[in-house]
Amino acid sequence: MAPVATPFFFYFLSGLALVSGILVITRKNPVHSALALILTLLALAGIYLMLYAPFVAGVQIILYAGGIMVLFLFVIMLVDVGRAEKERQFNKQWLVAIAATLGLGILFVKVFTASKTLAELLKRPLAQLPETSNTQQVGFSLYGQYMLAFEIASLLLLVAIVGAVVMAKKRI
Amino acid sequence: MLDYITSYLKSDATPGAAGNMLWAFIYIMLIFLGLSIAVIAMNWLERKILAHMQVRLGPMRVGPHGLLQPIADAIKLLIKEDIMPAEADKAVFWMAPLIVVTAAFTTFIVVPFGPQHAVTDMNIGILFMLGVSSLGVLGIVMAGWASNSHYPLIGALRSSAQMVSYEVAMGLAVVSAVLMTSLHGAGIYATGGSNGMGTLSMIEIVKAQQEQQTWFAFKFFPLGLMAMFVFAVAMVAETNRAPFDLPEAESELTAGFHTEYSGFRWSLFFLAEYSAMIAVSSILVTLWLGGWLRPFPNLLNGPTWDLVFSLFPGLMFLALAGLTFYSTARMPKMRYFRVQTLGLAGFGALLGLIGLILFIPPVRDRIQDIYWFVAKVAVFMYLYIWYRGTFPRYRFDQLMKVGWKVLLPMGLGVLIVTAIVGVL
Repeated sequence: MAPVATPFFFYFLSGLALVSGILVITRKNPVHSALALILTLLALAGIYLMLYAPFVAGVQIILYAGGIMVLFLFVIMLVDVGRAEKERQFNKQWLVAIAATLGLGILFVKVFTASKTLAELLKRPLAQLPETSNTQQVGFSLYGQYMLAFEIASLLLLVAIVGAVVMAKKRI
Repeated sequence: MLDYITSYLKSDATPGAAGNMLWAFIYIMLIFLGLSIAVIAMNWLERKILAHMQVRLGPMRVGPHGLLQPIADAIKLLIKEDIMPAEADKAVFWMAPLIVVTAAFTTFIVVPFGPQHAVTDMNIGILFMLGVSSLGVLGIVMAGWASNSHYPLIGALRSSAQMVSYEVAMGLAVVSAVLMTSLHGAGIYATGGSNGMGTLSMIEIVKAQQEQQTWFAFKFFPLGLMAMFVFAVAMVAETNRAPFDLPEAESELTAGFHTEYSGFRWSLFFLAEYSAMIAVSSILVTLWLGGWLRPFPNLLNGPTWDLVFSLFPGLMFLALAGLTFYSTARMPKMRYFRVQTLGLAGFGALLGLIGLILFIPPVRDRIQDIYWFVAKVAVFMYLYIWYRGTFPRYRFDQLMKVGWKVLLPMGLGVLIVTAIVGVL
């Protein structure tokens, strides 16, 4: 089967993710921002698919694009959009922004220089990627090797749900 | 070139697996055409069946028995003025119907009409279908918000709350069916086949049912049936159909989220709603009712019965042709009706011709999978109409109660018990 991981698709998807990511922070209307964010998430799902991780791509679409973003839109639509649009977009956080950008930039440069040596490491032939049994491999990892971490994460989510209900309701 | 085209006809793989672009394109076009025809037919059938349930005649004017009514409606919608509210958010208003339609049609890439009759087979097939069909709600929410009007906004809010709630129950029911692909049970629950890995691929799920010699609806009785019930209720809510059609409750919200849409854009919503109905019905048929497998493979087995069942598609078309000819004979014998009578006779002749073509052995072998799949889906499409004619609309709090307090616990319970029964 022909590989889909061609450079064209990579540049197309990452370009889409970047452009829509920029749209998320530049649109004044929060609904437009949310829609751009959905596009970013879909582009990322495409990149996961290119990395031979179809299960992660499917879950990304179901949970983020189909579930969480719908709830985002649900909440945004209840907010008075007209007032939010009149407010100033930027809150004079230049100092924080520059610091964050510098930190992230240094991290990127470090990763890039480290990957030079990593590239030599990767010249060895890779193990055959388990594309067809991808979902099963994810299952084995989650319920085998990383069982404890997985259960702790699910417990954390349960606590978060209970906490949200307690905070939202005066009388239960 | 000719070899390239005909080589696929003998292949046992889907066009996607065979890497055959031409046939993949042909399949996509065929599915698109079939879906459009199915939506047109559903439009006519729904109005006729509902009318007969309410002791009315339904559309009778355009063509014999109103057969051409949906075409007349389509032409009317296409040449109608397209109105966009002045205060609407233009871009979002324009995009919303496109997203709904794209989401509804894209799911059909993985629908298995037969072991080789699917555009492609993904190893995350069922996940893909659920994911893409859940994107449809985004279009509905966008439509409701962009219209900048009260009724659509309330409709969109209801729709998003409803779909997110019922997706949970739907997902749990699907997981219990996916579990059944790898579990074989013991004792009275023992099924054929050997313990293996589960699968999410639509074609593999049907093949697992074939190997285990049971449809998942009847496996681990009554667990399979209960999971199917949860899914069957959740899918009605998921497609915003009666009795869960609160997003477009016409008595309170005019037309819900598509109140401000008209003409072609409105017809896109209509198209998307019906193709989404077909899509979720085909998920149900694939997971629990054996997809393309013919009924009674255990009881009535052997080559003779295989032959008898493979004659069904042709016989059905011949029966339809006979019905059409009977109606032709009963048409009023007046000059005014002559064109209609001739048209109906021609339609009957066309149906009869299709029936005869379906008797040719190579066509017969190739087509019977598709026939059984479509027949099973058609049952659920009829059920949709029946629900609409039978059940009164739920109130919103009742809808939420059914989703969260009945279907969700039931789905969870079925999932846990299925897992326990499976590993015993």
